[in-house]
Amino acid sequence: MALSGLLVQVLNGLQYGLLLFLISSGLTLVFGVMGIINLAHGSLFMLGAYLCFAVVRAGASLWVALAVAVLGGAAFGVVLERLLFRRFRTREHLDQVLLTFALILLFEEARAALIDNQFHSVAVPELLDFPVPVMGGFAYSAYRLAVLVICLLVALAMFVVLERTRIGAAVRAAAENAEMVDLLGIDARRVYAFVFAAGTALAMLAGALAAPIQSVYPGMGQGFLIVSFVVVVIGGLGSMAGAFWGALLVGLIDTLCTAYVPQLAGASVYVLMVAVLLWRPAGLFARG
Amino acid sequence: MVLASLRLNLFFLMLAGLLAAAPLYAQPYYLELASTALVAAMFALSLQLLVGGAGLVSLAHAAFFGLGAYAVPLMTRFLGAPPSILVTLTAAGMLAGGAALGVGALALRTRGFFFLMSTLAFGQLFYFVFHDSPLGGGSDGLFIQRPVFGVGSLVFQVSRADRPAVLLALNLGLLALMYAGLHALMRTLFGRALLGIKANEHRMAATGHDVRALKLAAFALAGLLAGVAGHMAAVTDAFVNPDLLGWHRSASALLMVLLGGIGTLYGPILGAFAFTALAEASQSITERQGLVEGVVVLAVVLALPRGLAGLGRR
Repeated sequence: MALSGLLVQVLNGLQYGLLLFLISSGLTLVFGVMGIINLAHGSLFMLGAYLCFAVVRAGASLWVALAVAVLGGAAFGVVLERLLFRRFRTREHLDQVLLTFALILLFEEARAALIDNQFHSVAVPELLDFPVPVMGGFAYSAYRLAVLVICLLVALAMFVVLERTRIGAAVRAAAENAEMVDLLGIDARRVYAFVFAAGTALAMLAGALAAPIQSVYPGMGQGFLIVSFVVVVIGGLGSMAGAFWGALLVGLIDTLCTAYVPQLAGASVYVLMVAVLLWRPAGLFARG
Repeated sequence: MVLASLRLNLFFLMLAGLLAAAPLYAQPYYLELASTALVAAMFALSLQLLVGGAGLVSLAHAAFFGLGAYAVPLMTRFLGAPPSILVTLTAAGMLAGGAALGVGALALRTRGFFFLMSTLAFGQLFYFVFHDSPLGGGSDGLFIQRPVFGVGSLVFQVSRADRPAVLLALNLGLLALMYAGLHALMRTLFGRALLGIKANEHRMAATGHDVRALKLAAFALAGLLAGVAGHMAAVTDAFVNPDLLGWHRSASALLMVLLGGIGTLYGPILGAFAFTALAEASQSITERQGLVEGVVVLAVVLALPRGLAGLGRR
């Protein structure tokens, strides 16, 4: 009884952690390669969720909405990179903070103008709208399991792209030394565009995947942004493996604390971060 | 950091005199607006000690501002009746400064982007404490009793009609005090060492300066001053809510600093007034304040990298 309840919470924690990974991997990738801190990353998550809601409301299925979020996110990322972020690669932190702060405000306004400011819910697709028995009479939502699997597949695809393809090698090289990449005859600007498009697409996909699980509301990106920062601090800035394990750790601890020690729920993640900062200030998976 | 010349300081003194005389010619509404701008100026000025002084960009600064504000209702509840404003002001400074010392001790173990991220997370931790616990009225905030203007048996009874003028004078006096204090501080060895850290941290360390202790001292002092500003925000508005601690407010203060210009001590004050005027103007024109603010921030960051203060020197 208690054990099966625990299992459900662990599944919830893993699923939350994997969603966090989709968000924080983009954050850490964009930082690692472009040196840019994107505070508007959480707002991209929010835009993904509202986009999902709008597409489903228009009569399309959730699967179409997911595809729209990924493709739309990639296209949006290319535009943002070309118009704005490319110029801010070498600017000071303060300028990057203010640029992305302005984008948060503008994304909020864009959402208010194009969709609305309301709370919404998105229905779970019929195909996955059934409980999966786990053990001891407990059941788990099939959609949540599907999200878990999709996130794992995306993570796997990311590792394959980064480790096994030419563009992945260029991304890793650019993270080490951007001028060197230019000297090798690879156009570093294309690498930046690719990385930013991927980060945006991942954040919007995460938002679209989360839409049927939680409610869709204007401030939904802010909480995820802050927790993603914690993940990146814990995992080590610029480290993909760090983002993966950090996200799972944060997801599990946050979910288990919420379920079993609700008094600590809000603070647990931050306590974890403080512990990591004291013990290993550069993060658990920092390079070098 | 470029300190203002004697002539420029005289000019500011004149402006301050004009502002101090405002009750003679302005409506109470505009006196309150001026107080809002003065509080914002104190907050931005305290942040400039970090950004322009030591080159530290912190997103936790609003947490100390908010702690200073919440010190007013907390002290009132603790003592059972509204205490003297000197008591609440001291408590606000100590609470905010102490919290900044603790956060700084941890966050300053990191640098650069890591520092930015950890200050964001620490700041939000304080935000959630007040947002999720009944300590200060939860997410709705709290209407508060103002502290007593006076100390011991010497108490000034301030009537409702006089209050905007009294608050304006108080805020103006505190801002002037803060400006003069920081002006003097930046001329001391400590101030010079901070500027040295901003210019080249490694060189300062190599020449025997304890860089981390210097940065921590600046962080704690800036937090204390932010607490004073937050205290005055609570006294001015007689209302506190968790948004006072949120990182959006830190970002707004960074905008004021950048708007005014990073290289000067008077820039943040100009920036705070410009920002307050902008918010007021946009409120009267449109309901989409975020749109106006977003476009302005974008324009400033794209077109005015040295802020308003840089306009004159080009």
